Amino acid sequence: MRWMWIDRFLEFQSGRRAVARKNISLVEEQMDEYSPAYPYMPASLIIEGIAQTAGLLVGERSGFKDRVILAKVAKAALHRLAKPGDTLIYTAEVADIKRDGAFCNCTSHIDGELQAEVELVFAMLDDRFPDPIFDPADFLSMVRIFGLYDVGVDANGQPLQVPPHLLAAEQARP
Amino acid sequence: MPTKADVFEKVKTALIDALGVDDDQVTPEATMVGDLGAESIDFLDIVFRLEKAFGIEIPRSELFPDDVLTNSAYVAEGKVTPQGVEELKRRMPFADLTKFEQNPVVQDFGNLLTVNDLCRYIESKVGVS
Repeated sequence: MRWMWIDRFLEFQSGRRAVARKNISLVEEQMDEYSPAYPYMPASLIIEGIAQTAGLLVGERSGFKDRVILAKVAKAALHRLAKPGDTLIYTAEVADIKRDGAFCNCTSHIDGELQAEVELVFAMLDDRFPDPIFDPADFLSMVRIFGLYDVGVDANGQPLQVPPHLLAAEQARP
Repeated sequence: MPTKADVFEKVKTALIDALGVDDDQVTPEATMVGDLGAESIDFLDIVFRLEKAFGIEIPRSELFPDDVLTNSAYVAEGKVTPQGVEELKRRMPFADLTKFEQNPVVQDFGNLLTVNDLCRYIESKVGVS
């Protein structure tokens, strides 16, 4: 199973804000097994999807050169269940970003109604952890699937460009 | 300009939000790690909250000069050398290092910082009336 908990970016403003959509289907494995008689989306996977939305927003600021990891779920308030057929809209906003970390305020909505509020702290790995988190070509494939470069804009509202180091990794792939 | 009480209240709110501790646990004498259960990643969260609450920038090396503790010039056999302690005092004028100085084991350093130290650091940044 792919560990992708958003389907597509709807909006992506570099360094500021990202909005992503997650459709929930009864055919998904977690809906089958988590609560079989009364299927609903586990809160942990909603938070994971929100963290993917926010984490990519944070990482993009350095052209995905910073290795960003979710360090802490500082707050998570879930206001209603998300069931099969629902569409979750995740919104992540960068509240603060520093050399060694970032703080994001995030929400999830269903049909315009607030479903969850989440605060996330991200850390940038330093030289003590030299290994890459992702294969760069795989990573680029993933963000293309999310449509990040279809909707992404930079601080001036211009379309985001794929960073050269990711393009080079993609082109080097046999 | 805020008062010392204002600073304490804002620091307290930041710690309650970041660490999920109760109001009465956040006393001036409480240590961040031992009494309030802060883990290393919590300090990043705390710094973000304090920066927002006070409108200041907090360089990590100011509040947690851990580069001193990893510098072989200042550490020998798991203990901070007298020169290292002097450097810590210079870098952390807001912290009370009296107890640490008596047995300056590097591993114990993390449990040094108290709520009061944090307040004094903030006071040194924003000034108090």
